[in-house]
Amino acid sequence: MTIEVRNLVKKFGSFAALDGVDLKVDNGELLALLGPSGSGKTTLLRIIAGLDWPDSGEVSFNGEDALAQGARERHVGFVFQHYALFRHMTVFENVAFGLRVQPRAVRRDEATIRARVKDLLDLVQLDWLADRYPSQLSGGQRQRIALARALAIEPRILLLDEPFGALDAKVRKELRKWLRSLHHEINVTSIFVTHDQEEALEVANRVVVMDKGRIEQIGSPNEVYESPATAFVHGFIGESIELPVHVADGVVRLGSRPLGLAVDGLASGASRLFVRRHDMQVGPAGSGAFEGAVQHVRNFGPVQRAEVALFGGETIEIDAPRDKELRAGDRIGLEPRRYRIFAGG
Amino acid sequence: MSAIAARRRTLPGFGLTMGLTLSWLSIIILIPLAGLFLKSFEISPEQFWNILSSRRTLNALRVSFGLAFAAACVNLVMGSIIVWALVRYRFPGRRLFDAIVDVPFALPTAVAGVALTSLFAEKGWLGAPLAALGIKVAFTPVGIFVAMIFIGIPFVVRTVQPVLQDLDPEIEEAAGSLGASRWQTIIRVILPSLAPALLTGLALAFARAVGEYGSVIFIAGNLPNVSEIAPLLIVIRLSEFRYADATAIAVIMLVVSFVTIFAVNRLQRWAQNRIPAR
Repeated sequence: MTIEVRNLVKKFGSFAALDGVDLKVDNGELLALLGPSGSGKTTLLRIIAGLDWPDSGEVSFNGEDALAQGARERHVGFVFQHYALFRHMTVFENVAFGLRVQPRAVRRDEATIRARVKDLLDLVQLDWLADRYPSQLSGGQRQRIALARALAIEPRILLLDEPFGALDAKVRKELRKWLRSLHHEINVTSIFVTHDQEEALEVANRVVVMDKGRIEQIGSPNEVYESPATAFVHGFIGESIELPVHVADGVVRLGSRPLGLAVDGLASGASRLFVRRHDMQVGPAGSGAFEGAVQHVRNFGPVQRAEVALFGGETIEIDAPRDKELRAGDRIGLEPRRYRIFAGG
Repeated sequence: MSAIAARRRTLPGFGLTMGLTLSWLSIIILIPLAGLFLKSFEISPEQFWNILSSRRTLNALRVSFGLAFAAACVNLVMGSIIVWALVRYRFPGRRLFDAIVDVPFALPTAVAGVALTSLFAEKGWLGAPLAALGIKVAFTPVGIFVAMIFIGIPFVVRTVQPVLQDLDPEIEEAAGSLGASRWQTIIRVILPSLAPALLTGLALAFARAVGEYGSVIFIAGNLPNVSEIAPLLIVIRLSEFRYADATAIAVIMLVVSFVTIFAVNRLQRWAQNRIPAR
């Protein structure tokens, strides 16, 4: 199933939740909608599901108009952040719900329904919980049941709204891997919403980065990380250092200090320089584009994170390898291995 | 619980509050009721049986319990619809209507009785058109039914309201996206979730209607065997100094009420156990 969204606009009062969104999702894709809260990602998902309606724009599934149908006719599996399980029903009945409410003409007989529910519970590896009630399950189990319930109707599209948002970090990591392998197994066109960049980059085939109701960039996880299209994407994905610089006559300056960085045809004026924390090469004082004094060092994992006060007023955090210990008070030079400059203040 | 655990209770004041609870409930409820039972032992079983099986008593009990149950059922249905509108929709005057629901709680029942009677009397605003259709409300059992509906409605609304407010609209969206029609969503998802609260509301409205006296006696007409409620019969027997009769009717009302409330309680517990707390 392919999904096509054209020029979608949705306003809540004067607030534009979606401000002209175009998106094409290919068959069998696992797509992540990534953005901060208020970026419109959940609204987009709910409109695709038929739980919300746009003010203008088009949504089509396989070329046919989806907005002409309600949520019920769209055959879309939806997984909610807070599971939305029916708490008066057992796990088994929750999963069976979509099969039991089918019109009589197409409803399967009890034995078929039971077999199908059992298969789904096996698929989410929770067949042993069939007789429990949702309140007796852990968060991770509930979300897997919610997923099994959504899959029961053999959805054409699977939509997940912050599916792991309410779970603790460890469970979230497990479920991410599990979701990816599950998608590999069932291969349904899927879209999931998240504000967690790590989750988006790790699980999805393609990532859509959104901000303020607009799409900032669409690309593979590698693309959005390695070559961010806009300043927003660079700042949002990965840990970046952001410095206000000034470009004039092909020279980049931080304050009054020329940085000696190449500017590829960038217009003059106030600009922003982005460097990944780990892309700052530490050298002796006097070398490199920047110079500064180490304020504070914390060691964790494979890197040491140092707070450096640059000569020029800004204080930045860098991640340096641990082979050369930094100490508070050291004067160092810094050279960005890779950087991007975006016009605008 | 072991002695150590008891001493380490984190919430203090158990002894004091428990003691107060028990003595208060005893003074206010248990002792008067026990007195009633003791009084009833002064009459012999045959006498007791004769009082209860008399035609007038049986009819009064039938009117009281039968109409109270019917009124509670009507309140259950209408109350649920009112709750739904008040909780789920935003409309001008919503707060006003929400406040109006409480009026039967606060209004002196006699005032309600007089108001309903003049409204439904043959010349009243509602009584006249109904009379034209051949329906007599005031001074008939139908009038009792109307009064019982009036005083019972807030009990259903106020018990179900908080539970419906707590019910996550997402579960309706989930049901819809799974292919359930609106009707299926109501029957299979919403009503079962509300069942314990609905049963409680029903029980409270019923209990209130059984015990209602003030508003009913104005509108009922109080014809023996036809529109005479049991509480009124008790008052009549008392004014005739037939204390044994009054006591016997009171005891049987107490027993029936207790059994009903107990049964509904069990039913409610059963429904609640199917929905373990979140």
